[in-house]
Parts: sequence; structure tokens; C-alpha cells
Amino acid sequence: MSNFLSASIGRKVFMSLTGLFLISFLLIHLTLNLFLIFDDSGNLFNQAAHFMATNPIIKVMEPILALGFIIHIIWSGWITLDNMKARPQKYASGDQLLKWWAPSKNMFILGCMIFIFLVLHIFNFWVKMKITGDPLLDQATGTGVEMHNAYALVSNLFINFPLYDLIYVLGGILVGLHISHGFWSAFQTIGLNNINWMKRLKFLANLIGIVFAVGFSSIPIYFLIKF
Amino acid sequence: MADKILNKIYVKVWRQNNATAKGRFETYTVENVSQGTSFLEMMDILNDELILGGKDPIAFDHDCREGICGMCSLYINGHAHGPDTQVTTCQLHMRKFHEGQTITVEPWRVGAFPVIKDVMVDRTAFEKIQQAGGFVSVNTGGVPDGNTLPISQDDAEEAMDAAACIGCGACAATCKNSSAMLFLAAKVSQFAKLPQGQVEAKRRAKAMYAKMDELGFGGCTNTGACELACPKSISIAHIARLNREYLKAKLAD
Repeated sequence: MSNFLSASIGRKVFMSLTGLFLISFLLIHLTLNLFLIFDDSGNLFNQAAHFMATNPIIKVMEPILALGFIIHIIWSGWITLDNMKARPQKYASGDQLLKWWAPSKNMFILGCMIFIFLVLHIFNFWVKMKITGDPLLDQATGTGVEMHNAYALVSNLFINFPLYDLIYVLGGILVGLHISHGFWSAFQTIGLNNINWMKRLKFLANLIGIVFAVGFSSIPIYFLIKF
Repeated sequence: MADKILNKIYVKVWRQNNATAKGRFETYTVENVSQGTSFLEMMDILNDELILGGKDPIAFDHDCREGICGMCSLYINGHAHGPDTQVTTCQLHMRKFHEGQTITVEPWRVGAFPVIKDVMVDRTAFEKIQQAGGFVSVNTGGVPDGNTLPISQDDAEEAMDAAACIGCGACAATCKNSSAMLFLAAKVSQFAKLPQGQVEAKRRAKAMYAKMDELGFGGCTNTGACELACPKSISIAHIARLNREYLKAKLAD
């Protein structure tokens, strides 16, 4: 087993399984976030956030999710460093085969940019909700039940700080690009691909990438235009 | 119609006296080259001139010059086997280049393929991977009747597509991670689809994988560059099969 964990394929299996797990998390995250757009009173989003914060299954999943992120990030650095060592001398004429912006060539760079975004994102919301608290969170929600006014926190950021809107739009696009390669690549690595499924998985990967990019970006844009 | 003549082209080529020497680029001018000339013939013309001028000719690998032996290499203007598709360097023609162009010629830059001299590299690493598992146990005796081994046409075709690999190393040379995965995939896939390959199936993928890692090739990140550079257009779908074979064998351990 130990040689599996250190083998190049073993490490990549970790990348693909954690990647697919993170994609499933993002799917739930996006669905709940879209409540921000569909109910301007904020009730829908607040109730969803309250449900997620109190649900025991989510409580169990939270540390697993953190572990998923940590493995995906640390392993990516380990793999990338090793892969760089495999070519001690670079080509003077570069690589003219794939376009310089091809997501498949830039997964590590995209990942690093998403990581920076993730840290900022955690400080914007998670830290305030779970640790430090924020006066905006204590505003009455009008639902009759005592809960955080998460909607106030989110809408305040997106309405009053256009720079954050830009960062969040960019974050959505980066995640979309990352997944447009990551999704099909994960199936390829665990061997669940063949000549027929290649086209289907690549199509799905692009579709999911676009859904994430458009979905996540639409939220700050909505607040910027509407309010 | 007669081929156009390139009056003057510049060949910027990697010169390295031996495996341990420090290399450098040198630029040579080649005059009056017909566009009907193959790239290696152009290199022959250049070498003739170097020899006549009392200089050391450029060492490069080549053998059949028919695109089938896998001996020629060269990384030309940012492309393994040059800026043409589905051909090896020997099948590349000067019509892919234009008047006055500077053509950069480099050896395969793969840690596991050390330079021997100039643009010639040592591809023994591929032989070692092949020896680790790219074979079938063939028993001696009479030839069995073909009908006793039914193989579907689809399987035979797919195995044959994988078997088209000539082991030239363009996949590893073009891969940003210098990974030999397409080579491994081809060598595993050509047996995985056939009954003769089942005997060693459990250890083949594992042994070849372990050897690839040991020799210092990088891992696959599924960019698909290898498939585009491959002169035999071997699909990266074979890599999925290689991974499947490996994981199947590993789970059974």
C-alpha cells in the first residue's frame, strides 16, 4: 500500500477523488448561493444558511470537506514539484502545441489563484459567521426564528464594495476554468474513461465549468446592477 | 510542378560535445534547399557543408527514414517531430518552412533521456520500461488453431491501434511533465485487449508504472499534448485503460 501512496498514479488518484468531492460540494454551495438572487428579502438564503449551520450531517461533513481541500492543495504542490524535476532543462522554443492559456497546462497556477481567493473568501464570510461575529449578522431576519442574518453580510459586501464584486467574478471564472479540465481528468485518472466517454466527459466538464463560472459570477453582478 | 527553392534558411541547433559537456546553440545558414527535401536531408546537406569546412557534423538519430522505426527525434520550433501532424521528423518536409526562417532544433528535453551528443538522446529508459512488463509469455509448441481464440474485430483494432507505437519518445518529449504515460499506455493496451495478454495482466501495469517512476519520468496531468505530438496518433483513452489495469491489479493485492 505504501508504494501506492507515493507512486505517481497513487498521488493522482488522491487528486481526482478529492477533486470530484470538492466539485460535489461546490454544486451544493452554488445551489444555495443562488437563493441570494431569487429572494431579495433574504429569507430564503438565511433559512438555507441556518439549515446548513445546524444540520448534523453538515457538521460531520465540515471537517471532511476541510480535509478534502487540504489534501487537494498539498498533493498538488507535491505532484507539481516532482513533475517539474522530470525536465531539468527547458526547451528554448517553448511548447507551441497547446495554447498558453489551455486550462490543462495551467492547473497548478489556476489552483494557486483559487487558493488565494479561497483564503479571502473564508475571511469575508466563514470567519465572521463562525468565530468573530459581525453586527450585520445580528440584524433581525424577520423569520421569527433566531438565526444569523447571513444575507445582510453578503449583500453588504457585494453592494458596497465593487472591488470585491470584481474579485468574486474572477473567482467564479477561475473555478470554472479549473473544473473544465479537472472534471474529465479525474475520471481519466481513475480509469473510468474510454474513446466514447472521452467526448461525453469533456463535454460535461465544459458544461459544469460554464455553469460554475456563470453561476458564481452572476451573484455579485446581480447585486451590483440591482442595488 | 517543381518544388520551390528556399534561398536561405537559418538552423539554430543545440550543440553538445558529449553527455557531460555544457551545450550551447549555434546558428548555421543553409542555402538553396528545395521544399521537396525532407528535414533530415536538409540536415544531411548542412552536415556535408560542415564536414567540407572541417567542422564537426551535427549528431542526430535516424534509421529507416520511412516513419516506422522510431529512431528519429528532434524538437523543432516548439514541436516534437516538427510542425506537421502524424509524422516523424524523417517524414517532415521543408515545405513546412518558409524563406529566411530560423528553425530551432533541440534534443528531447527529458531528464530520463540524457543527451549523448548534440541532438541525439539516450532512450534506453523506454527499453527498461518495456523490459519491466511489455511482453507476453510465449510457450513453444505447435501453432494453435485461430478459431480456438475468438477475438472481436473491435478489440483487435484497438489493440492494433496501441501496437502502432514506435517508441520514439515524442510523448515524453512534448509532455510538460516529461511523462512516459502514453508510451506505457500503448504498451499495456496492446496486450490488455487480447487473450494472450491476460497471463501477465496483473503485474504488467504495476511493473511498468513502478519502472517509469523509478527512471524519473513525471506523472500524467492529462493535458493531451502527447496524443497531438504522437506520430501514430495514439489516443490518450489508452491511458485511462492503463490506469484501470493498474488500479484493478492493485485492488486485488
